[in-house]
Amino acid sequence: MLDINDLRSIATVGALISFIGIWAWAWARSNKNKFDEAANLPFEGDEE
Amino acid sequence: MSVSNIASANLGLVEAESESLSSSFYDDYAVRNFTIMAVVWGVVGMLMGVIIASQLAFPALNFDTAWFSFGRLRPLHTNLVVFAFGGCTLLGTSFYIVQRTGQTRLRFPLLSRMVFWGYQAIILAAIISLPLGYTSGKEYAELEWPIDILLLIIWLMYAAVFFGTVAARKMKHIYVANWFYGAFIIVIAILHLVNSMEVPAELMKSYSAYAGVQDAMIQWWYGHNVVGFFLTAGFLGMMYYFVPKQAGRPVYSYRLSIVHFWGLIFTYMWAGSHHLHYTALPDWTQSVGMVLSLILLAPSWGGMINGMMTMSGAWHKLRDDPILRFMIVSLSFYGMSTFEGPMMAIKTVNALSHYTDWTIGHVHSGALGWVGFIAMGSIYYLVPRLYSQTQMYSKKAIELHFWLATIGIVLYIVAMWISGVAEGLMWRAMNDDGTLTYTFVEAVKATHPFYVLRLIGGLLYLSGTCIMLWNVLKTASMGRHALAKIPSTSVHA
Repeated sequence: MLDINDLRSIATVGALISFIGIWAWAWARSNKNKFDEAANLPFEGDEE
Repeated sequence: MSVSNIASANLGLVEAESESLSSSFYDDYAVRNFTIMAVVWGVVGMLMGVIIASQLAFPALNFDTAWFSFGRLRPLHTNLVVFAFGGCTLLGTSFYIVQRTGQTRLRFPLLSRMVFWGYQAIILAAIISLPLGYTSGKEYAELEWPIDILLLIIWLMYAAVFFGTVAARKMKHIYVANWFYGAFIIVIAILHLVNSMEVPAELMKSYSAYAGVQDAMIQWWYGHNVVGFFLTAGFLGMMYYFVPKQAGRPVYSYRLSIVHFWGLIFTYMWAGSHHLHYTALPDWTQSVGMVLSLILLAPSWGGMINGMMTMSGAWHKLRDDPILRFMIVSLSFYGMSTFEGPMMAIKTVNALSHYTDWTIGHVHSGALGWVGFIAMGSIYYLVPRLYSQTQMYSKKAIELHFWLATIGIVLYIVAMWISGVAEGLMWRAMNDDGTLTYTFVEAVKATHPFYVLRLIGGLLYLSGTCIMLWNVLKTASMGRHALAKIPSTSVHA
């Protein structure tokens, strides 16, 4: 039977896996252009 | 300024008031007011700091007056610098950034005005109630329950304005600064709600809903995450917008900023128990806090490097841009204090440092160095733009402010390091027969010269902020309310 501590372990491991997932997503080659564009958001519409 | 200029400036003001209602301009009412009040509260809060520093160095300055004593003014100092100076800067900049990076007008204009005035009312309530001795006794959450409820209401309004504006954005992507501000808003709401659970006894008296070690753990879960999400996440939002803007180049690595964000989110929540090493808290909980604090070094330094490297290729700008210098020195202090923090969270180091002035030194290297400098840099960036000026009234005054403040911080933290380590060593020193080498009062005496040095450091920092207030008021009174047009060419996805 699952007890509360199993759920806690699952949540911890789940958090770690999703963090690694975010890392992989951030560094995915296919997302590079999207993030380069996002980095320029503060300069959109600048006239100065 | 010639007569015709003044006339046109006045006309501009009238125009500004009527056209600021039009949807083609950004709504900067709350931004302007929060920015000015941030500097005003900065001066008042730092003055409180200087007063209590002098009381520590010269106890006669308590004047045997209850409302003027250290115990009453110390929470007023922390509330004013963290929530009034820091808070006004955070709320003002968040309203500025969320509009610019989404190219959309602030949602719920009436609410944003109520957020400003309500937040000032809470600060006034703190200024009155804390010296009168009304306190719930929880560090950084001293305000009594009626004020707690008011703050919760104002905070929910703030969240509605911020997230409403994010939702109304014209750009597809939500810029990273908004993620940090968003986390700050959500987490502070949760922390405030949970930590302020109390049973009211009368109008200005309540008792915590938690007891014993649970109360202590909730308190430090709250306290540490105020550092993590109020004094760090929110100010990182500032860093990710104003450093690129002032340096004139995009952030070094946007991908690193994403990992920086999620790294902080996943780890900060669990570090609070390092405030309770060697207490009644279960040993494993202390160890979890220590380990998670050590892990925090990685995302913190990732973020610091990201901010620093944004300067690569533009380092020469530091030579004649004091605003950029505020920002970069701020990042150095962010790096320093996020190294020192994890180190102090190690149990064996904590055995020496805890309850000593080292902790005070650590907090101030973060607060004066990181938080103060990034806030001041951002305010110097904002003020001319909010008042239709090309630059601050006096650049020399910014230079002077920078050096006064920097020397002030160095004096402050060096004094507290020496005094803290001396205390730690003297308290634990034992003779061969197991008796204590020093009486407590001997350690108190040893710290005295460093308390005077700290007072001088604080005075220097305060005088810098006074110069800033003068410079800001001069700039604001020369200009008129700026009308910033929302770019109409936003065809970007």
